[in-house]
Order: sequence, then structure tokens, then C-alpha cells
Amino acid sequence: MGIAVGLSGFAFGVTSAGSGLTLLQTCALSLLVFTGASQFALVGALAAGGGAFTAAAGAFFLGVRNAFYGLRLSQLLALPRAVRPFAAQWVIDETTAVALAQPGRRSARLGFLVTGLSLYVLWNLTTLLGALGAEAIGDTDAWGLDAAGPAVFLALLAPMLRTGTERTVAGLAVLLGLGLLPVLPAGVPVLVAALAAPAVLWAQGRRHAARGDAAEGER
Amino acid sequence: MNIWIAIAATAVGCYAVKLAGLLVPAGVLERPVVRRLAALLPVALLAALTAQQTFSDGQALVVDARAAGLAAAAVALILRAPFLIVVAAAVAVTAGVRALGG
Repeated sequence: MGIAVGLSGFAFGVTSAGSGLTLLQTCALSLLVFTGASQFALVGALAAGGGAFTAAAGAFFLGVRNAFYGLRLSQLLALPRAVRPFAAQWVIDETTAVALAQPGRRSARLGFLVTGLSLYVLWNLTTLLGALGAEAIGDTDAWGLDAAGPAVFLALLAPMLRTGTERTVAGLAVLLGLGLLPVLPAGVPVLVAALAAPAVLWAQGRRHAARGDAAEGER
Repeated sequence: MNIWIAIAATAVGCYAVKLAGLLVPAGVLERPVVRRLAALLPVALLAALTAQQTFSDGQALVVDARAAGLAAAAVALILRAPFLIVVAAAVAVTAGVRALGG
């Protein structure tokens, strides 16, 4: 897991520097935001010419999943209220996975602490190295490094595509994201594409309701 | 300046949702609809972002070396390659196609 996080951090540093962010801005993102997909989304949107708030909105919606991790962790770790604001920054995919895999509360707390601390340090160090590396090699596109961001997204997405529902949402989001790209301001098409999630849920709800009615009609 | 505003907004927003999960009572987020939506939102966002960052140049849709790189990443994922190989494949193939003048 450490290698994957380290590589993502490095890729983020390179991508961010390639997107025109300064070294300080790149490192500030990893220190303050510390949730990889949101960071990639933000620098991608800024590089595409998106406004500050449309770019931040896309990153924010990607970060919403962390609230659900926090929910499960708060029951599992039972942290004192005063500690929670400090623990919150480390509520991410990996720490949640490690904590949930532990047999008891003590080991869950320890797992959360160790994973959170080591990944935080690793993520920020590799971001710095990536940003420095990008400055050193100059034209990051010639090295194909602009493909790192989408590849990271795809690697995150692939395990989520378990059922037809997820695939439908992904397909619809791709169509919306690409179809609206030429006509809407930068950053906005991604936000519209996010509506694929509630749209598919709503359509499914209606289909279930219709099936329920039909079943009742048969009786 | 614009970039710093975006960084600040993202940092505040992302920290707030993390903290919210730890602080709000379980009942609010435990509703099935909310859970389903929260699981599907990243799917929609990641799919749209993957497509856009592969097939766009500014506001124009293009197919260039990145498409080959992403295809390589997809093949690596289907072969259950580790994360490192997936990203490395995308980068290497994109660079290779560009070097060949693609």
C-alpha cells in the first residue's frame, strides 16, 4: 500500500507541477487537502482553465466519500470529541481500510494512527519529490506524464465497477463529461456528469416502483 | 491568486466533510439512499474525469497519445496488474507513441 501511495504522491507532484502550479501550491495541496483523487481533480480542472470554485466543487464532491468513512470510523474508534478535529485529516480510503480490518478497538486505533501518520508523511514527501522532479525534467508531456492522472483515476475507478448500476453511471458520466466539454465553461461538465449518479438511482427507483405496481396488478 | 483560492476552498471543503463524518450522529448518513448516492458519486466523477483528461485539449475533444496510454492502463487493470504497473504502462505508452510522432 505504501508503494502505491508513494507513487500516487509522486505522480501528483509531477501532474500538479505540469499543470502550472508552483512548488509551494503543490505541497500546500498535499498538506492541507490530503485526499488524492480530489487533488488530481483540482489541478486537472485548473489546468483546463476552470474557475477556482468550479474546480474546487469537483474536488469537494470527490471528497464527500470521506464523510462516510468518518462515520464508520467514529463508531469503530470511539474517539473523544476533542481528538476528532485532529484525527479528521487522516480519514481517507487507506486508513479506513486498515482500521476496519483490525479485530479490536485498540488495534483499530493503532492501525488508524500508524497508517495515517506514515501515509501523511509519505504522501507529502513524494509530492515534493514529484514536483521537484517535474521542474528538473522540464517538458513533462514528452515523458507521457500527463497520462498519469487519468491512469490513476482509472485505477481507482476499476474496482468500483462491480455491478451494472456502477457501469451505467460511469458510462453516462463519460457521455455527459465529454459531450458537454465543448459547450460549457471548463470544470462545469464534470459537475453535470456527477448528476449521472442521482439520475441512475432515480431511474432504478422508478423501475422498482413500476415492477411493484405490476406485481400488485397481477394479484 | 486564483489558484490559492481554489486550494483554500478545496482544503476547507475536504476537511469539513472528513470531520462531519466523525461528528454527525450516525442516523443522518445511514439512510440507504444517501449511502447509495455516496457510493455512486465517485464512480460518476472518476469516469468523467478519466475521459476528459484523456480526450480533451482545453475545450476541444481530441484523440492523441494519451488514448493509447489509457488503453494500456486498461489492459493492465484487466490483467490485474498492481497499481504501479498500471500507471507506468500509461506513462510509458503515451511517451512511446509521442516519440514515434503520434
